[in-house]
Amino acid sequence: MLSIEQLKKSLFVSLWFAFLTFPLLVIKVDPIERTVQWRWENMALVAAGSFLVSLLVRVFQVQQERRRERRATGEFVDRVPIMQIILSEPRYLYTLSGAVLLCSLVFPFLFSTYQTNIMITALMYVMLGLGLNIVVGLAGLLDLGYVAFYAVGAYSYALLNYHFDVGFWMALPIGALLAALFGVLLGFPVLRLRGDYLAIVTLGFGEIIRLILENWNEFSEGPSGISNISRPGFFGIELSLEHAILYLYYLMIAMVVFTIFVVNRLQDSRIGRAWVALREDEIACQAMGIDKRKTKLTAFALGATWAGIVGVIFAAKTTFINPASFTFLESAIILCIVVLGGMGSIFGVIVGALILILLPEYLRALSDYRMLAFGAVLVTMMIFRPQGVVANIRRSYQFKSKAEGEG
Amino acid sequence: MEYFTELFFSGLTRGSIYALIALGYTMVYGIIGLINFAHGEIYMIGAFTSFVVATVLSIYGFPLLSIVLLAGLAAAVWSASYGYTVEKIAYRPLRHAPRLSALISAIGMSIFLQNYVLLAQSSEFQPFPELIPDFDFMEPFAHVVGSSDLVILLTTALVMVGLTMLIKFSRIGKAMRATSQDRTMAMLVGIDVNKVISVTFIIGSALAAIGGMLIASHIGQINFFIGFIAGIKAFTAAVLGGIGSIPGAVLGGFVLGLTESFATGYVSSDYEDVFAFTLLVLILIFKPAGLLGREAAEKV
Amino acid sequence: MKKSVVKSILAVALGFGLAAPSLAADTIKLGVAGAHSGDLASYGLPSVNAAKLVVEQVNANGGIDGKMVELLVEDDVCKPEVATNTATKLVSDGVHVVLGHICSGATKAALPIYNNAGVVVMSPSATNPDLTQSGDYPNFYRTIASDDAQARTEVDFALNVLGLKKIAVIHDKGDYGKGLAEFAKMFLDKSGKAEVTLFEGVTPGAVDYSAVVQKIKRSGAEAVIFGGYHPEASKIITQMRKKRMDTIFISDDGVKDDTFIKVAGKYAEGVYATGPKDTSSNPLSKKAVEDHKAKFGSDPGAFYENAYAAALALLNAVDKADSTDMEAVRNALQNNDVDTPVGSIRFDQIGDAVGVGFAMYQVKDGQYVEVK
Repeated sequence: MLSIEQLKKSLFVSLWFAFLTFPLLVIKVDPIERTVQWRWENMALVAAGSFLVSLLVRVFQVQQERRRERRATGEFVDRVPIMQIILSEPRYLYTLSGAVLLCSLVFPFLFSTYQTNIMITALMYVMLGLGLNIVVGLAGLLDLGYVAFYAVGAYSYALLNYHFDVGFWMALPIGALLAALFGVLLGFPVLRLRGDYLAIVTLGFGEIIRLILENWNEFSEGPSGISNISRPGFFGIELSLEHAILYLYYLMIAMVVFTIFVVNRLQDSRIGRAWVALREDEIACQAMGIDKRKTKLTAFALGATWAGIVGVIFAAKTTFINPASFTFLESAIILCIVVLGGMGSIFGVIVGALILILLPEYLRALSDYRMLAFGAVLVTMMIFRPQGVVANIRRSYQFKSKAEGEG
Repeated sequence: MEYFTELFFSGLTRGSIYALIALGYTMVYGIIGLINFAHGEIYMIGAFTSFVVATVLSIYGFPLLSIVLLAGLAAAVWSASYGYTVEKIAYRPLRHAPRLSALISAIGMSIFLQNYVLLAQSSEFQPFPELIPDFDFMEPFAHVVGSSDLVILLTTALVMVGLTMLIKFSRIGKAMRATSQDRTMAMLVGIDVNKVISVTFIIGSALAAIGGMLIASHIGQINFFIGFIAGIKAFTAAVLGGIGSIPGAVLGGFVLGLTESFATGYVSSDYEDVFAFTLLVLILIFKPAGLLGREAAEKV
Repeated sequence: MKKSVVKSILAVALGFGLAAPSLAADTIKLGVAGAHSGDLASYGLPSVNAAKLVVEQVNANGGIDGKMVELLVEDDVCKPEVATNTATKLVSDGVHVVLGHICSGATKAALPIYNNAGVVVMSPSATNPDLTQSGDYPNFYRTIASDDAQARTEVDFALNVLGLKKIAVIHDKGDYGKGLAEFAKMFLDKSGKAEVTLFEGVTPGAVDYSAVVQKIKRSGAEAVIFGGYHPEASKIITQMRKKRMDTIFISDDGVKDDTFIKVAGKYAEGVYATGPKDTSSNPLSKKAVEDHKAKFGSDPGAFYENAYAAALALLNAVDKADSTDMEAVRNALQNNDVDTPVGSIRFDQIGDAVGVGFAMYQVKDGQYVEVK
């Protein structure tokens, strides 16, 4: 299956990695005691490991090559991916959705409180992902500061609860509205920007919000945060922790279903079409008479609304918030959810959120290597499925003899 | 007035470091249109490599000058190798994929490299050997500008000039410019685009490594997390100056460094980053392509 | 695709099946929670090492009432939202007592969950005064004194011993550093003996602090009181000394760490820092440090001795109470003295350790020496 030539190449790869990791993995210095420790065993490990991985990749490539050859000779017909069949056929889609919903309804009774708890977190990220999907996936505006709106929602509930004892259900619409307002506020100055300039400004906006929360003690209690935020009320009954988690779980399920419904309707609405048009070609879109300004602002505002809602839920769930929860990394994770799941696809975002939020939790078994594995998984997934786990294939004309375009 | 001068020099030092890192961002962006989030980590790896090498050499009793040179060389070589490898593994397979996929791959790489160094070395801050001694002739000015500030400024200036010459006059520099203007066209005229991209990563990474070593020796400590904040700031600087433009990255770095320094000095360091980002937003509102960026007319 | 889903569900279910029997097994489960990855890992990992050593030792001596002690180590990255997951995970795994969490914020978020499950928590490093003084967290204990006590020590020292008149208060914007700095400023303002010339935060991780240092110089402060951790402290002190400033530097427990002296090197000389009362003559403390060197081949990190003490105190309380019931353990903690590396301690009603106080140290010849 593999030629000598390829073995040689793998050997070279393994030598290269041995060289690459030499100063950091092999040498360990203690600058105070002035001792040097040479950990040669690490080099052997790296060399062996990279040799194996490189062989595996080569085997994979050979197989890909064969498949391509067979495809060229017509032996092998491209199957429509099974996901695509399910998603495009309502009959399957409804059955699947029903099954998933049923599973999620009985979930807390099958698994422990811990599982339910992390599932709540995952569902929160599903909502965040769906919200960001409006901005990034549909409207094509790269937003790296999405966490700012999440913070706005969380702090509006925390502060209202702290100062005025406002309940969860009252705070929910207020948080959403405030977040939407901030969305418009951010939207105005960046109307003229595109692509990566937009990305950095949104990143800056996210950081500004966090820094203000961190430094303005009189307003936000600063870095020590706000504690003892009330959990959601259930008709005035005091719930025990298990019940509160259960309640929150079903609340999240309902919210996610609601979100999916709304986003789905939005996608097919006039404004949804305008977003997609805007993403595809701004100039053509304007020429068609679409109000670019209004379209962009609604995308920002609607995206922010979901973040605000989840923010309120977040504050109610953890009962304690501080600015440390709203760093840039959080925005990056939400963005990863959208892209990894498959941009613009609702189902994809759900899958992406479940993978990315549950993965670190189940990787806990790896303890120290947890985040290392997380980073590696991100890279690997992108290399092997750059279009996301569930690609959003839109109806489009297919040209049979397609020349490879330049991206 | 002395206060002003002090703040000015501290802003310049900061700005030089931002500029050295921002060059890597801007060069990569100019050529493949990717925000290379792992670049901050390359800077951190450069600092760590020079830390390891310098400490080993000083334990074996090498003279200071040779330590500085060898540590700098090692940092540049290894960072460049890391940059090259990262590009090959994480970005090259995604050259024709949606642009955001490459961005996510970059974020993944950044998380991976951070934790790699955490596991391979230590979670603790490490004392970085003082590679730049206090020069005697600087003593009268030491309370305003330190010797290490001077070295940082001079090195940055030298690197800038060198890089500009390289891009302007050398063969590979011309190839780089051609590739950044139009990749397909560059390929058609016989430029090995993959090689050009690799070289870009190598140069950018080596510059970041030099920045990493200089700043580590200036502040005397490193850990695995230093690349993150420096990376974000440098990226901001690159955009501020107009991403893709090399003089823009330098200018952006200095503007950002000076803004932060003066904001701290005359207002409050509580909000130094708020000032930096607000400045960025303001500049982009009035000049959407950054200070020196080309305002590209959209082809329809 | 479908197959793998089924597989993963099976795997998860199997994991549960495996986890279930261990719940019934007769062990004492000691949870260790804190930042074990991310930028604050260096404050969390030493407590894991401390717990490992203590547990090893206890088990070697036959465990507690014949029961072996089992360690459950969980990472919370010092983030409140992750800490709630960590806490539910530990509770689901049937944890009996918890050593952690490391950061005050994460601790505050996690405590209600432990309280609900009747689990006593003891932190080696969460110093926020509210944790004990607010009365909201009945299951919380700590082997470190709170921020206000520490700020009080710093201010008293600056005013009464050094007799300073102009002081700049600097912090790192974090919940620990800023909280401490605010107390220090409040005490200074109240005393009326000294003027606070500057109150500012620095951004942790920024490439350079020279602008702030210049500002300190311009404010004419005779001394700096810094609230925060050693990485920022060593950067500030290094840049102050490089600028030929001889301003006195007074800081806190986050700086009273050997790493500070290692990193700041010669510039650390003369720096004052508050820390738990001198325990270096305490045989337990010596043993704890030596055991760490023997097992892990390195010096212990931040809060190591506090964590060691907390692990000892928790297990001792379980032993004395003959139960892991929350009330019994609380009683045992409050009514028994226990010998630890930070001295012989017991706990008061609100959860602070009695006998753990602060003393002022100064760096002399590369070592922290208590100022008498």
